[in-house]
Amino acid sequence: MNQFFTVDVLTVTIASGIALATPFLLAALGETIGQRSGVINLGVDGIMLLAAFATYYTALKTGNLLLAVLAGAATGTVMGVVTALVSVTLKAEQGISGIGVYLFGLGFSALLFQKLVGTPLPIATLPPVGIPLLEGIPVIGGMFFRQSLLVYLAFLLVPVVSFVLNRTTYGLKIRAVGENPAAADSLGVSVARIRWSTLIIGSTFSGLAGASLLMYGGIFQVNLTQAEGFIAVALVYFGAWRPVGVMGGALLYGLVGVVILTWKSLGIIPLNASDLAATAPAVITVLALLFLARRFRQPAALGRPYEREG
Amino acid sequence: MHRHPDRKLALILPAVLVALVAASCGGSSTPAPASTAPSPSAAAAPSTAPSPSAAAAPSTAPSPSPAATTIKVALVAPSAVNDLAFTQSMVEALNSLKGKYNLEIAVSDNQFVVATAANVIQTYATQGFNLIIAHGSQYGSTIQQLAPKFPNVSFAWGTAGSTYDLPNVFAYQVNSNEGGYVQGAMAAMLSKSKVLGVIGPIAVGDAKLYVDGFCAGAKSVASSISCIPVYTGSFSDVSLMSAAATTFVANKADVLTGTAQAVVGAIGVAKTNNLPWFGTQWTQVSLAQSNVVSSQVYDWSPIVGEILTDIQGGKLGGTTFTATLANGGAKIDFNPGFNLPAEVKAKADSLIKGITDGSVKVPQ
Amino acid sequence: MSDREADRLMGVTVADRRADLGRFLLSWFAIPSALVVALLLGAVMMLVLGANPVTGYVALLNGAFGGSYALSSTAIQAVPLLLVGVGICIAFRANVFNIGGEGQIAMGGLAGAATALALPDLPSFVLIPLVLLAGAGGGAIWGAIPGIFKAKYNVNEILSTIMLNLVAVQVMNFLLAGPMVDQSPDSVGGLIPETKLLSPNSQLPILVPGTQLHLGVPIAVLVAVCVYVLLWRTSFGFQIRSVGLSRSASAYAGMPVKRTITMAMTLSGAMCGIAGAILVFGSISHRMVTDGSLTGFTGSAGFNGIVVALFGGLNPLWTIFSAFFFGGLIVGGSALQVATGVPSDLVTALSGIVVVLVVSLEYLRRRARARTITLAGPRAARPPRPPHTNAPSTADARGDE
Repeated sequence: MNQFFTVDVLTVTIASGIALATPFLLAALGETIGQRSGVINLGVDGIMLLAAFATYYTALKTGNLLLAVLAGAATGTVMGVVTALVSVTLKAEQGISGIGVYLFGLGFSALLFQKLVGTPLPIATLPPVGIPLLEGIPVIGGMFFRQSLLVYLAFLLVPVVSFVLNRTTYGLKIRAVGENPAAADSLGVSVARIRWSTLIIGSTFSGLAGASLLMYGGIFQVNLTQAEGFIAVALVYFGAWRPVGVMGGALLYGLVGVVILTWKSLGIIPLNASDLAATAPAVITVLALLFLARRFRQPAALGRPYEREG
Repeated sequence: MHRHPDRKLALILPAVLVALVAASCGGSSTPAPASTAPSPSAAAAPSTAPSPSAAAAPSTAPSPSPAATTIKVALVAPSAVNDLAFTQSMVEALNSLKGKYNLEIAVSDNQFVVATAANVIQTYATQGFNLIIAHGSQYGSTIQQLAPKFPNVSFAWGTAGSTYDLPNVFAYQVNSNEGGYVQGAMAAMLSKSKVLGVIGPIAVGDAKLYVDGFCAGAKSVASSISCIPVYTGSFSDVSLMSAAATTFVANKADVLTGTAQAVVGAIGVAKTNNLPWFGTQWTQVSLAQSNVVSSQVYDWSPIVGEILTDIQGGKLGGTTFTATLANGGAKIDFNPGFNLPAEVKAKADSLIKGITDGSVKVPQ
Repeated sequence: MSDREADRLMGVTVADRRADLGRFLLSWFAIPSALVVALLLGAVMMLVLGANPVTGYVALLNGAFGGSYALSSTAIQAVPLLLVGVGICIAFRANVFNIGGEGQIAMGGLAGAATALALPDLPSFVLIPLVLLAGAGGGAIWGAIPGIFKAKYNVNEILSTIMLNLVAVQVMNFLLAGPMVDQSPDSVGGLIPETKLLSPNSQLPILVPGTQLHLGVPIAVLVAVCVYVLLWRTSFGFQIRSVGLSRSASAYAGMPVKRTITMAMTLSGAMCGIAGAILVFGSISHRMVTDGSLTGFTGSAGFNGIVVALFGGLNPLWTIFSAFFFGGLIVGGSALQVATGVPSDLVTALSGIVVVLVVSLEYLRRRARARTITLAGPRAARPPRPPHTNAPSTADARGDE
């Protein structure tokens, strides 16, 4: 155990925990925005898969990583339009249509990968970028300030989303639409327009999540996400629809995962307990929620398509 | 009030459906005709198969009576034909033997759902295939049940060493610990920190055999070296494999190896940190040209060749084959792009020679 | 309390019931048109990938429904979809969203296999019901946990069921590579993560020789019918549905809301658990084997069952057909892959498109209907209420605190 509490090991454990948490954080933040406006999007995992493939393919063909990340984000945006059309304009049952989007993303990304690429070829990944000055701080610098740009972006988005939701008119409208769409409607807020916008922004975040996942491993394969999109949705509930809470959930999940791996590599966890130890991120997330026993309630209109009376 | 027509209908229809299925099943107790099932013509690389009839059509064969000598082979495999690993090693072997044995090859890849794979194997068995290769140890128990029902079909499965005492089952396995041993010894010599990073999916089968051999080889060179394997718990989670590799790098590991389809994630970490990487199952040079030291490559063609010769001679099973460094079923494929120190190469060569002639014993 | 009285109490109007019927009927318009659109899109994709769509679809249909052998394969594939779908019907009717089917199936399989390993010498007519019950028990426990968490601690079931799937896969790998592993030479002394060959007395008998049709198929259909009866012909079923419609109103009417939610999740898990047991005891290999993933055992039935239940209008009886249809798609997908070289993932993508189209078209049809009914009378114009995946209102979300 002493080997674990060395500066080097702790630094890298925390740094890679943060990197591992980034796709979850981006996707969960996007889902938070959508859910605050009253729309559940269960298609996140499918969107992430499509975006990860778009990122991969662009990087493979052009070698331009910025373009690749943008392609991932744009894929998210396009899927956001589809999701909004289905969930808002066509007022479809959201849980089910989300599963549909997931299946489409799972199948279509696999199809494209096998027919367009086939053999797994690695791409260059986004290099870590040190933040001047902060990077030099002992210990802390190595943990937090030597990450890839997508990681910084994800964590910067936490206060941004929090600010927009709580301190701006747009955020007020989002919350109003999520809590009481009829009242918002009677005040002249277009429920449909707000929900369209949140879904497009949220799905773009999911696209970025797919891109960051791809950049973490540097390669695509069939079902790359391994249901990470669903875990991201779960983290929204963990975070009780608050961006900071969601960030806490993502970090907890990512860090526990990396700590377990580190302990395995140091021989702290014996080989025959390897499988059971791998359950730790899921178990601890649920237990933490029980322990915190928070009583935040969900947006009142969550999951309900809005239909004007009369 | 309660009796809506749709409900009555809904109650009746299931009964009708069950009756229909039962009736149609009872109507013809023989297995489905060949036309209903996977056509055998999608050649070993399905992505290139142009049309379903081209490969199989007798008219395209040079010999006027090919039917007598054609061997129909079906391959069922858990991952993609071009996975740069386990499945690809068998596909390449079949392709290399295609001309010699006049093979007609059908491939069902990505059969990771065990129940579905069992169904596919059974379907092939009903279709006049001479040899069905179930390329995954998880398919063995299916073969054990199916083989007695299809005594005229030959089954081969691996990697494992049991024919279940059935006359129409071949088994094949690979002593992946041997190549692991050689590569482990090289890794120990290349390592300055004397910490090795070893990553696997779950501690079973071929993966465990390779990993154990690797650590044994490393310890044979430097007994105090740290060689603790991390099993991530998943064959396919690329992120987790990357994270495990990163963890090792943090723990001062300066040489890495791993096995599983998701290992590409770990190779990426080796590349980023410019650390030596040892591959297994298939050559992984294309994944990291300047980092792969060597790969243990499975060459199934000698074994599959023997199986096909047996089948031509009327022997449908009963033998277990083991691919080893000695019989060429496994080889160490050195990457010319990696600048391997001469003494390390010499050590590897002497170990390969020793394992081949039996003077070096690799622990199981 | 009769259904009618209860309906009045709950404010469920005749219009709602008609709308329910209408909703179902219109889905018969929606589903075929969605299918046509999806098939056309699939044809385009096949053309783009250089395959002949006619060859592909013929292979798909033949592989799924062409002949007794294909039909029996489809029926076998439909069994886990049906049982999960039926479980989803129960959960959704109670307005809880169970996406833990994958883990519940695995736990059911493990519990069944452990029972067969422990009591191999029991005669078939005792052992088969016993292992199926054990499977139901294993799934029920894995379903009850999120149910209790939701009822007692207000932990959202989407979160807990997703997390329990992640736990289940590792528990399965641990047990099958450790305590339950086959140590015999057949499995190379424990190197393959699988149980030993299970007692022949526990194997589900093949009903029609020469096909794969085993006892699991009629059992699954029977379970679906029983669940239909439970939901629509018993007071407990009524309780589930009314809690699903409105938790606050049900609490007001004196129903035990928390217990109902827990029971609905438990039953839902039990259905998935039976599916897991049938997957083990109806399998060709007659062992429980893992390839290290949940999908390798379940074939994603835990997810696909949700879609199957939707296509059955959340009615267990219609879910039977829906399961058979999707089972055929999966079986046909393999045939399509072999015939054209197009990966069977095409079928996954197409079923996603079908789902999205059906739920979208449903609204358009509903609106058209609502307009016609408005002409007939204002009272009937209430739009039908789709089954919601989440608590319907603020009061309901907190109703059980």
